[in-house]
Amino acid sequence: MKTFSKLVWPYMAWITVFIVAPMLLILLYAFTKEGNSVLTLQFTLNNFTRFFSDSIFPSVMARSLKIALMTTLLCILFGYPAAYCISKLNDKQQALAILLVTLPMWINMLIRTYAWRGILSYFDFDSEIKVLIGMVYNFIPFMILQIHTSLSKMDQSLIAAAEDLGANKTQTFMRVIFPLSIPGVIAGITLVFLPAVSSFFIPKLLGGGDYVLIGNLIENYFVSTGDWNFGSAISLIMAVLIIFSMFLTKRIDHQIGEEKE
Amino acid sequence: MKALKRKIGNGYILLMMLFFYLPIFYVMIFSFNESKSLTRFTGFSLVWYEKMFASRPIMEAVYYTIVIALIATAVSTVFGTITAIGLSKSRKILREVVLQINDIPMLNPEIVTAIGFMLLFTSMNIEKGFMTLLIAHIVFCIPYVILSVMPKLRQLDDNIAEAALDLGATPFQALTKVIIPQIMPGVVSGALIAFTMSFDDFIISFFTTGPGVNNIAIYVYSSIKRINPSINALSTIIVVVVTTVLVLVNVIPVIRDRKKGKNEKIS
Repeated sequence: MKTFSKLVWPYMAWITVFIVAPMLLILLYAFTKEGNSVLTLQFTLNNFTRFFSDSIFPSVMARSLKIALMTTLLCILFGYPAAYCISKLNDKQQALAILLVTLPMWINMLIRTYAWRGILSYFDFDSEIKVLIGMVYNFIPFMILQIHTSLSKMDQSLIAAAEDLGANKTQTFMRVIFPLSIPGVIAGITLVFLPAVSSFFIPKLLGGGDYVLIGNLIENYFVSTGDWNFGSAISLIMAVLIIFSMFLTKRIDHQIGEEKE
Repeated sequence: MKALKRKIGNGYILLMMLFFYLPIFYVMIFSFNESKSLTRFTGFSLVWYEKMFASRPIMEAVYYTIVIALIATAVSTVFGTITAIGLSKSRKILREVVLQINDIPMLNPEIVTAIGFMLLFTSMNIEKGFMTLLIAHIVFCIPYVILSVMPKLRQLDDNIAEAALDLGATPFQALTKVIIPQIMPGVVSGALIAFTMSFDDFIISFFTTGPGVNNIAIYVYSSIKRINPSINALSTIIVVVVTTVLVLVNVIPVIRDRKKGKNEKIS
């Protein structure tokens, strides 16, 4: 049996080169000066001070956070009722509805975003609204599916018990159904917030050139400007931002869990 | 009261579906538009389909998308399955560490993974093109294969493979004749996820490809500046193909079950 454990070795080499090394390279680039070769590495914090002392970059970061938060909120607001209504259908209708929610996800995100350009050209929305619509459209299926899973896995006898004990519909929902579906909402938040905050093609396709998010900054510094050191620093800042947000979400999740007890 | 509530619920679902499918139908309708406009439908025509099939960059993009997805799926399925089997037999610490690193491409924002590849290929002096694109796709597909094979391996009874070895099977035979057939459902679903991940990818492909090698998504992104209704035609074909495959995948098991049910009744 032990012979099989050797089968991991090639993959260990593989992930060292293709997963660990790239992450270390981003770190290295973020903390070094431009134009360095391996022999003349010069470490610096300039890339970070440049980001935070500039007037534009922090506001782009704030804008990315804001639109990602709005996207996440709207996905919960519209996705929760949808998941709830779907979970009330009979089995066959439910399977069909879930298939219909899943189907667009199999079509390339870029093509789905492109599809909105025609429709949005009828309206005189400002860039932010257009980008918001595109983001909610692209990411709400994740939210619906996660919430639906947690709702349909729920022990139906708990709901019956609440009703037997005299709770009305609203009380049953607020005290039993909703708290039990929180894990689904949290999973949905992770799946929506993360791609939303780092998105760069949705603002570019729907927002025109004037709506810049942190993802667009990274794209610009890697593709157009070629300042990879600064680009790496920006993506590191974004990664820290995301890790911090996820940590906060988990904390809120725990707090709700403790309150229940 | 209950009937009314149900109606409101169904109405809401319908509204949601409208939101999901409106842009898709819009693109499909305008793929048959005679003029170049994306807002005025002037008449029915197939001109954009002709243009699409005649367009060398579009056909090349379709070709690269499919070829990359097929090779990446094949390689990552084999590599991922072998690794998963190895992981299930290795020490816990090693397994945990490998699985943690394995999670990184799935948890990281895609753009961070993408620029990581870009920095890696440059520092290794590899010119970006078909090979770098393929390697990147294999890297981000393998984690999904491992994740879908691991649960099947956990359910596996260790004694059966032991028995095969005791009865004189070589480790290779035990692997191919005993272990792999039992974890096949996990392998197949892993391969399917890998294929769709590769087929749909834009961000990582965009940063790891070189001049002349584009997939469908990169082509769409690079041609957004001008109006190009051939993209509507291409999108329509993709939507139709994806829908057909998904419906078949969902309907065939139902029909098979029904037939089975009938046969059982007869016998």
